Amino acid sequence: MPYGPHTPADRARMLAALGMRSVDELFDDIPASVRAHGLDLPGPEPEQELASRLRELAARNRVDLVSFLGAGVYRHYVPALVDQVVSRGEFATAYTPYQPEISQGTLQTIYEYQSMLAELTGLDVVSASHYDGATATAEAALICLRATGRDRVLVSAAVHPQYQATTHTYLDGTRFAVEPIPTRPDGSTDLDALSRLLADGGRPVAGVVLAQPNVFGVLESMAEASRLAHAAGALFVAVVEPVSLAVLAPPGAYGADIAAGEGQPLGLPLGYGGPYLGILAATTALTRQVPGRLVGRTTDADGRRAFVMTLRAREQDIRRERAASNICTNQALCALTATVYLAAMGPHGLRDAAALGAARARELERALAAAGAPRIHDAPYLNEFAVRVPGAPRIHAALLERGILAGLPLASWFPDDPVLRDGLLVCATEVTRPDEIEAFAAALAGVTAEVAA
Amino acid sequence: MTDLRPAVGPVLQPTLDELSRPGRGVTRVPHPPADALAGIPAEQLRARPPALPEVDEPEAVRHFVNLSHLNFAVDTGFYPLGSCTMKWNPKINEWAARLPGFADLHPLVPDAAAQGTLQLLWELEQWLCEISGMRAVTLQPAAGAQGELTGILMVRAYHRSRGDVERSEIIVPDSSHGTNPATASMAGYRTVTVPSDARGGVDLVALRAALGLRTAALMLTNPSTLGLFEDQVVEILEAVHAVGALAYMDGANFNAVMGTFRPGAAGFDAMHFNTHKTFATPHGGGGPGSGPVAVGERLLPFLPAPRVLREADGSFRLERPGERPASIGRVRSYVGSVGVLVRAYAYLRAHGGSGLREVSEDAVLAANYLRHRLRGTYDIPYDRVCKHEFVASSATLHRETGIRTLDVAKRLIDHGHHPPTIYFPLIVEEAMLIEPTETEALETLDDFADALVTIAAEAHTDPDAVHTAPHTAPVRRLDEATAARQPDLHWRPMTGAEMPCPD
Repeated sequence: MPYGPHTPADRARMLAALGMRSVDELFDDIPASVRAHGLDLPGPEPEQELASRLRELAARNRVDLVSFLGAGVYRHYVPALVDQVVSRGEFATAYTPYQPEISQGTLQTIYEYQSMLAELTGLDVVSASHYDGATATAEAALICLRATGRDRVLVSAAVHPQYQATTHTYLDGTRFAVEPIPTRPDGSTDLDALSRLLADGGRPVAGVVLAQPNVFGVLESMAEASRLAHAAGALFVAVVEPVSLAVLAPPGAYGADIAAGEGQPLGLPLGYGGPYLGILAATTALTRQVPGRLVGRTTDADGRRAFVMTLRAREQDIRRERAASNICTNQALCALTATVYLAAMGPHGLRDAAALGAARARELERALAAAGAPRIHDAPYLNEFAVRVPGAPRIHAALLERGILAGLPLASWFPDDPVLRDGLLVCATEVTRPDEIEAFAAALAGVTAEVAA
Repeated sequence: MTDLRPAVGPVLQPTLDELSRPGRGVTRVPHPPADALAGIPAEQLRARPPALPEVDEPEAVRHFVNLSHLNFAVDTGFYPLGSCTMKWNPKINEWAARLPGFADLHPLVPDAAAQGTLQLLWELEQWLCEISGMRAVTLQPAAGAQGELTGILMVRAYHRSRGDVERSEIIVPDSSHGTNPATASMAGYRTVTVPSDARGGVDLVALRAALGLRTAALMLTNPSTLGLFEDQVVEILEAVHAVGALAYMDGANFNAVMGTFRPGAAGFDAMHFNTHKTFATPHGGGGPGSGPVAVGERLLPFLPAPRVLREADGSFRLERPGERPASIGRVRSYVGSVGVLVRAYAYLRAHGGSGLREVSEDAVLAANYLRHRLRGTYDIPYDRVCKHEFVASSATLHRETGIRTLDVAKRLIDHGHHPPTIYFPLIVEEAMLIEPTETEALETLDDFADALVTIAAEAHTDPDAVHTAPHTAPVRRLDEATAARQPDLHWRPMTGAEMPCPD
């Protein structure tokens, strides 16, 4: 066994103390009819060979592509100090800080995370982390249902489809209903339709969920949506992208009761889907409905400032079947990553990253339009948008052969929509270079001409 | 004289906002053009920039490094936290997860661009099938609790597919993790709790009485949270299946039985793994974990989508939307916490089948050895062969000295060890759940046992030292009541002159 310290003499000493001859005796409580005798698996691999195997697998992934793909997960410049700090074993190999006297490092960084996310979202109660953007959105819907005692949530069709799907899965087993709010041709959520859905007095709505920016990159009229939700007695949930909050109005400013979102852009690697960071923030009024851990500031027996997990009566290990959620393990190290990233970027750096991404996106829009791929929607956007390219999936595949990852073919998410299935969802961030934009536009023009010919 | 503080060793730290000074910071990215946000309506924009801390790089790094010194961790010492399997986290796994080929891959790239990761995930699924004796595995769940929810939602889909819609109850033993009943509630079920018998197993008579046509499933942790193998498992599974219910195994304690017990082969319908326990992925101060769920024949059609499939030509792909209509759908975004799964894969490959069995043997041997060492000093409520962990109790010590398990735990800190899990499982008075794992040297186990024996003696000779412990930690016991009564969950927003200017 590669990491075990026991020598044969150690094992013999322990067995002798127990009065046993063989370790097999320790497994005699497993009934013979269900006792296994080993595993049909390959043998152990020395570290050198394992390293080769892993290197070869990693090399089979294409990470050399010039990428314009976002769709909920974004490439950003991550200052070098972030991984240096997060790699420290004192953070990475600690457990949940149940013993606060020897966990102040983890506890203070979570408090700092809560503080900085409270500032970005404009909401006071930030959970120590949830799993990802999708599950944070589902939990936000559940908070609305618990807090209002109503049984229906409305989710914009322009919320990330996987967040919608996850919310459906979470609510499928319950008596609660999720209904979509349709979108308008300009890419924004149809607020007239929202008004009609809210007006069904026989079935009062617990919560209204919109994303800012939404899945098409479009900026929604969040203040108006929030006003409509509140007028009907519903809570309002904003699904946010955290880097954008350096320049966009914070959810608290437009009256959102809850913000949920994917924290990956705050310094986390793309990593083919995780581990990521579920952001969940709420107003003080909803404190006791917020699932997961919260860290608070207090003092020790000598009056020194210290930090501790608090309001734990919401949690599963105390409350069992009456807990706010079953969440136990969270994404603490990912929250630490976000904390270190925000400290390294500072307010100016974060704003510069968000604004430069917006500037590059406008260059990208002009270049693609000149190459024959205009925007599909005309509502304002920040750094992501959809363009119309007839035969988009085929064009996307042809561009891939030229080393360009031309965003997301929207046909994969909206196969039945006659407009969107000819769409490519593309984004730019501060790491998108002007020469990459030129190369994309030139290749697109070339590929489109080939397909036409 | 000003306050002295040590130049090395742990020191409490100011918060980032206390360190912040306007104008500090490092230029990390190029400045945007002045009109970068010109296309965006003013009402969509932030009125003021966020008041985030402004710190320079040396300050930032020292802040976090000094904070790290306030943490206990597997990298710094023995962490015998029962039910948590705080084993060594091998360093090559950290290296592997950071390989750019894995780390820089976007989750929505076409399958052709992700063949390395897809192959790894597919192979990992095959390994977990063999280890669990199950038919298939979903790697999506982000943690054990989410694995439980995934499993119970599949149970619901299974009953529903048979037109069996009256089942409304999930049965859990009274020794179960809190996540089990909380999961049942999230999935819309009522929890029925059955007692444990005198030997620490499920009370079979009570279980049989609780089972019926209303039962959707039994959730059973095996080995149990008492560290005991459920030796009536065959009878339990028969009874559950006899009423048409399914059996879910909470695999939190699987570190005890790799290669000696395969739940699928024994008749369980589903189980989850905690990769952050059994397969040594780091706990990260609370997460991230990963909770793959393995299922048998009955639940196969209902696995979350997408699964990773291997094509006839040996290439790999993700299931397409709608390809398997019976699926319960997604339980999260993308395919799972892949960075965690890369580490778990490396761990499995490093050990191989024989090594995994040795892991369990050594974990069980170490736990039994410690149980033996503490017998006579602390109560051992279920004093029979345990698996990877065991419950000790300070009940007698408490009666004799007034010293409680909490005090013993805090005093262990002064002896250089992390305390065990305390006051769990709930059914044992003054419980200490002790799990040494297989990666701690015999000298460490002896030192820990010696410390607990010493503390028991101190409880008689110097109870105050124990009651007021810890004395050597960076802080003493905390005022948790005030923390809960007057929650202070973030620093105050900075105001006025300290507000950062736009550029």
